Amino acid sequence: MRVLKSETMKIRSSEDIVLVRQWVRKAAVSIGFGIVDQTKVVTASSELARNTLDYGGGGLVEGAIVENDRRSGIKLTFTDEGPGIPDINLALTDGYTSGSGMGLGLSGAKRLSHEFEISSKVGEGTSVTILRWK
Amino acid sequence: MDRIPILKMGRFLLVTIQVDMHDRLALTLQDDLTSQIIKHKARGVMIDISTLDMVDSFIGRMLGSIAGMARLLDASTVVVGMQPSVAITLVELGLSMKGIRTALDVEKGMAALQASVLEQDQGQDESTEI
Repeated sequence: MRVLKSETMKIRSSEDIVLVRQWVRKAAVSIGFGIVDQTKVVTASSELARNTLDYGGGGLVEGAIVENDRRSGIKLTFTDEGPGIPDINLALTDGYTSGSGMGLGLSGAKRLSHEFEISSKVGEGTSVTILRWK
Repeated sequence: MDRIPILKMGRFLLVTIQVDMHDRLALTLQDDLTSQIIKHKARGVMIDISTLDMVDSFIGRMLGSIAGMARLLDASTVVVGMQPSVAITLVELGLSMKGIRTALDVEKGMAALQASVLEQDQGQDESTEI
């Protein structure tokens, strides 16, 4: 997998979530995503950016336009140095929330993506990567 | 501070969400709408989301709370103009938007609000007769 273009953005406020959404929308348009695929990857990015802010205490997202021999896609990696997730399977359950949300962020973002990876260490932080191919 | 304008049309309030809302703006709208419902004794709220190219769980939850608060203040809510790509994404996200009435466009939304006010008024007349 080759990286054609990448950018790292800070997630420190709810305005930053909007900026992340806008970057993802632009990137998706630039590689010819249709409107439904654009909306799916933008929505997934919004859910994960909000998790990074609300549960991770803020962090970073690395957005990248990638390609392999057959197709191109958008890859997003969200990292924070927050409290971490003690039970990832529980966190991925629809409707489970440790905060005030609806508990759809992680599970929803996973459903909206083609590839999904999460790693977390209690006390050290969380990293979530999603990829949506064109 | 940024604010989303709320228009009064007779007994109804009309909100058109035209910006990519950040979270605080969404919460301000919730507060503004509830106070405007009281101030104007509004019976219905129409929220036009036709220019929103994304609805995530936060905005979905906000729409649900507005509908719930409005109901407690004796006003009906209808959300109009959802884009097809937004509807497809919401279902895959897992957000069912239960309890939120929707209509395809402003005209149909207005008809739905008028019908629900009429229904409620008739219901109240009947109960006072008994």
